[in-house]
Amino acid sequence: MAEHGNGESGAVVTAGEGESGTYAIDSPGLPPHRPRLSDVDEKAAKRSERQVATLFIISIIGTIVFMVGYFAIGRTSEEFGEYFDHMQWLRIQNTLLGVGSAFAMLGIGLGVVHWAKTLMPDHEIVEPRKPLRAEAERAEAAQMMGEIVEETQIKRRPLLRNTLIAAALLAPLPAVVMFRDLDRAYGEEFSPERMRHTIWDEGVRLVRDPTGTPIRASDLTVGSAMHVIPENLREISSHGERLSEKAKAVVLLMRMNPEDFEHTSPGREDWTYQGIIACSKVCTHVGCPVALYERHTHHLLCPCHQSTFDAAQEFKVVFGPAGRPLPQLPITVDDEGFLVARSDFTEPVGPTYWERGNA
Amino acid sequence: MKALTQKRRHPFAFVALLLLGLLLTGGLYAAATTVNEAQASNLPEGYTSEQVEEGERLFVANCATCHGMNAEGTDAGPSLVGVGAASVDFQVGTGRMPMQMQGPQAQQKPPQFNEEQTAQLAAYVASLGTGPAVPEDEYLDVDQGDPSRGGELFRINCAMCHNAAGAGGALTEGKFAPSLHGVEERHIYEAMTTGPQNMPVFNDANIPPEDKRDIIAFLKTYENQGTPGGFSLGFLGPVSEGLLIWTLGLALLIGSMVWLTSRSS
Amino acid sequence: MSAADKNYTEAQYLEADQYQPRTRTGRIANYVDQRVGGTGIVREFGRKVFPDHWSFMFGEVALYSFIIVVLSGAFLTFWFDPSMATTRYSGSYAPLQGVDMSTAYATALELSFDVRGGLFMRQLHHWGALLFILAMSVHMLRVFFTGAFRKPRELNWVVGCALLILGLGAGFTGYSLPDEVLSGNGLRIIDGMMKAIPVVGTYLSFFLFGGEFPGDEVIPRLYTLHIFIIPGMILILIAIHLFMVVVHKHTQYPGPGRTERNVVGYPVGPVYAAKAGGFFFIVLGILCLISGTFQINALWNYGPYDPSPVQAGAQPDWYIGPFEGVLRLMPGWLGPIPLEFVIPTPWGGNSVATPVLVPMIPIAVMFLGMFIWPWIEAWITGDKKEHHLLDRPRNAPTRTAVGAATVTFYCIMWGMGSNDLIATHFQLSLNDITYWSRVLIFVGPVIAYILTKRICLALQRKDREIALHGHEAGIIEVSPDGGFHERHKLPSEYELWTLVSYEAPAPSGPRPNAKGKVTRVEKFRAALNRMFFEDRVEPVSRQEYLEALEHNGHHDGATGLEAAQSQEQITAGHSGRH
Repeated sequence: MAEHGNGESGAVVTAGEGESGTYAIDSPGLPPHRPRLSDVDEKAAKRSERQVATLFIISIIGTIVFMVGYFAIGRTSEEFGEYFDHMQWLRIQNTLLGVGSAFAMLGIGLGVVHWAKTLMPDHEIVEPRKPLRAEAERAEAAQMMGEIVEETQIKRRPLLRNTLIAAALLAPLPAVVMFRDLDRAYGEEFSPERMRHTIWDEGVRLVRDPTGTPIRASDLTVGSAMHVIPENLREISSHGERLSEKAKAVVLLMRMNPEDFEHTSPGREDWTYQGIIACSKVCTHVGCPVALYERHTHHLLCPCHQSTFDAAQEFKVVFGPAGRPLPQLPITVDDEGFLVARSDFTEPVGPTYWERGNA
Repeated sequence: MKALTQKRRHPFAFVALLLLGLLLTGGLYAAATTVNEAQASNLPEGYTSEQVEEGERLFVANCATCHGMNAEGTDAGPSLVGVGAASVDFQVGTGRMPMQMQGPQAQQKPPQFNEEQTAQLAAYVASLGTGPAVPEDEYLDVDQGDPSRGGELFRINCAMCHNAAGAGGALTEGKFAPSLHGVEERHIYEAMTTGPQNMPVFNDANIPPEDKRDIIAFLKTYENQGTPGGFSLGFLGPVSEGLLIWTLGLALLIGSMVWLTSRSS
Repeated sequence: MSAADKNYTEAQYLEADQYQPRTRTGRIANYVDQRVGGTGIVREFGRKVFPDHWSFMFGEVALYSFIIVVLSGAFLTFWFDPSMATTRYSGSYAPLQGVDMSTAYATALELSFDVRGGLFMRQLHHWGALLFILAMSVHMLRVFFTGAFRKPRELNWVVGCALLILGLGAGFTGYSLPDEVLSGNGLRIIDGMMKAIPVVGTYLSFFLFGGEFPGDEVIPRLYTLHIFIIPGMILILIAIHLFMVVVHKHTQYPGPGRTERNVVGYPVGPVYAAKAGGFFFIVLGILCLISGTFQINALWNYGPYDPSPVQAGAQPDWYIGPFEGVLRLMPGWLGPIPLEFVIPTPWGGNSVATPVLVPMIPIAVMFLGMFIWPWIEAWITGDKKEHHLLDRPRNAPTRTAVGAATVTFYCIMWGMGSNDLIATHFQLSLNDITYWSRVLIFVGPVIAYILTKRICLALQRKDREIALHGHEAGIIEVSPDGGFHERHKLPSEYELWTLVSYEAPAPSGPRPNAKGKVTRVEKFRAALNRMFFEDRVEPVSRQEYLEALEHNGHHDGATGLEAAQSQEQITAGHSGRH
């Protein structure tokens, strides 16, 4: 450990450390130590002491404020009274806890640091670095390692070495394999085939999300948009499976003027009903719900990455990162006049995955 | 059935049919005209004929440039036939109409007409064709609404554009969904029924009046409950939070760090 | 080592019990010391020196905010239940009463509204997490721009990079836990990105979610990662990181008295310990202040997760922002040509989700580059020496420029992550911002590179100017013959030392290998080396300095005296030391 180097003597850093001569001037060593006010003036030191103590007292007050916030303000709704009062008090409580603990902590922190800065010695110390390794020690260690390896005889007995490597490579496999059942697969095959289907099917009614009421064509006026789920969704009892199926089956239903449709592919002529058109709400980019419908431009916007689809052109991508149009759900009306699906989606919904192929 | 087929072959059958057809057409036409006339002359519910007349004068003076002398629409503005009183009450009542200048969408500003004049304009436009009416007070009374049901409906139908906290959000090409904070109950209701600008229409078959009231109740509860955690940072979520920690948070830290490492005088 | 060579003598064995402490503290200390060897620890660390500079404190902030996040997180675990089982909410928050939701969301709401101080602790945890990653990032920027990652600290830089990645993981898993609509859609994006990975992606998604997205398995799994595996790994890496800091000792900025073979600063006991200890309370205090006054992640706004709803302003926390932004930046179609394509195969083809995969390339390159930068730079410069003195960023212009270009690249992606809010708040078109950013992402870093390099060189020239002719004193003088000139104040020798004591290597050219052949790789290295060192400002040489002194003495009457004095000081200093 080096002595206090206050630079006046320049004893710690001597010239000729290699830096000398390379630069325009020789190393001047540490600048001389300038005494602080509190070093030379006992009054200033006393003042610092008082300041530090004041900060500690502020900390104590902060803790008290925290306690007041915690105990004096109630906890349950009954204690708070009306709902809106509850929320107001909650905010006051949160502020008291925050400001109280902030003062409690800052008081200690600032106090200790101020103490260190003004009253503890401020002489800079020079400590020499040590080399990470000395050459003699390295040689000794290398020899030691060589002997250790030699004693294991692993070099002379390759059979041991090779079988050990093989065993060590295989041994972790069970730990990997054990994670196979992370995929519960819900009783289906362990394959991406399950992603090709949704629970939409011929004759499945379109119902409102979340109320579950069926929809008549006349319920939609031009410019209307409705968020839709299949009626059979509620038949799924398992919560997780219902969520997974809903995540694929959510549909957005819009009504436009039939003459606004700019393009209808062959085979899709009867997929709409009197200007009512339905599409999957799951973005073909990475799967966010494409739910923002602009009724005059017929554009659908995804709020996550701003892929924009044109409902008048079979949900063609007009902007953003999506690579494919949104799948369209073929619809018609049933005998009772309710909107139903003609079939499932004709392609997998949602983001592209490796096994999707030409679908 | 058999008798009918036989009679159809009767030589006079053609003449009889023709007469019948003419009679029917004429009669229907006459009936339709009277109905139309009745509609035109019949006052929209809740308005007086003075209001309609006064509204027409206001319309011609302030709106006809874009919407046409008979509100039939021009290149600069859409037809207003059948948009209903609710639409006028919303657009004029929130200051969006008359529009200050053409742009991606009409901006909200202090209304140019007072309540009375707005009602007169609404009366005139409502008299042109039936459309959504100004909502009844019963559906604006948030005390009768269920905020938690309204919240559910809001998240499904509205939050994607207006943000989960109703703070508004961006649409394409410079359009946007406005903030819903501080918007009058009536105007929220009217926006849902009429679908102003690019907003979809949420008619009563889609979201019944009671449900609309629930949505408004949710919004008003949200507005009145304040923000329990402290300042809201504009209800914008992680972006404004990140901005705060990179500005205020970092500034406080650097300040304390510089102080901590500086030499005391 | 040398001590270990000596024998443990009987005298030493008996000596151990001879010392009898007089005070009670002494007795306790002695008891512990005899059993764990406290003497050694005190001797090693008691007066260990740490250099003092404000920019060295970001690492401490990261450490402290991590501790705060762990402690507040532990508090939250006592109430939070990560189960995805449905329950009907009946807590105090009126707008959600009677709504079906997962237990995870319900208990997160309970923490916010029905556990006293729960809201405060949630906010402290979240703000602390934001600060944790912020502090790591700024710390890494400091390390990068000052060249502190150079030998022998390359491995510690890698540990730091790993810590940053783990921090992102910890943040994202935590963001997802409350199971509301915002974080649910975040998970949905992760699902979509995973599925885009060729060959294994679909299965990865199945494994994470326990089947198809979202299922009812994922939150408990993320919880295990969030409270156990990731923080455990962070703790281990922090231990390694700090151990290496002790082994290497801290770097220091160049300055008078600082050399490659010493450390100048304050000793741990008492000054540094007091400052560092006090600073923990300051960081905690600042976080408490922010948590008590600013609301963060108002998860009651978002509602329980359901695959159907989404909201405007769907954004991740700031550190995931660039990932979000780069996805927004990428076009899915180039005019009429879709970028996504199908590889025809006998089994029906395999899809390549180019619009998702391509944006991952720059991110991957950026992170990989971050990990291996110490070796890249050492390879280009051919510098194999240890460095304990930092570079002033201006004295390593190319490195600084590369850093600035990367930061610009990051910030453009970051800005794109909030382009919808930029659009609404500055009344711009979302689409225009995206189009411009698509250009800017290529042009911006190049401009930043050139500009930064120019600024660095200009600052170096200014340093030279000051070293040779002094500071402009801001006083204009009129000489008797009517000439105007400004008075200059020469710098002190201490300041002068900082200005002149740096290296500016010249390009070294290709070197032949052992066979005497210059390989193609070596030519490439030499080209990079030229790019690195081509534009340079030489430090002031001794001759230049002496000439300048003479010049100042002859022609600048006002400062001549000062110059002479400082010259005298220097000579005096020399003679004193030689």
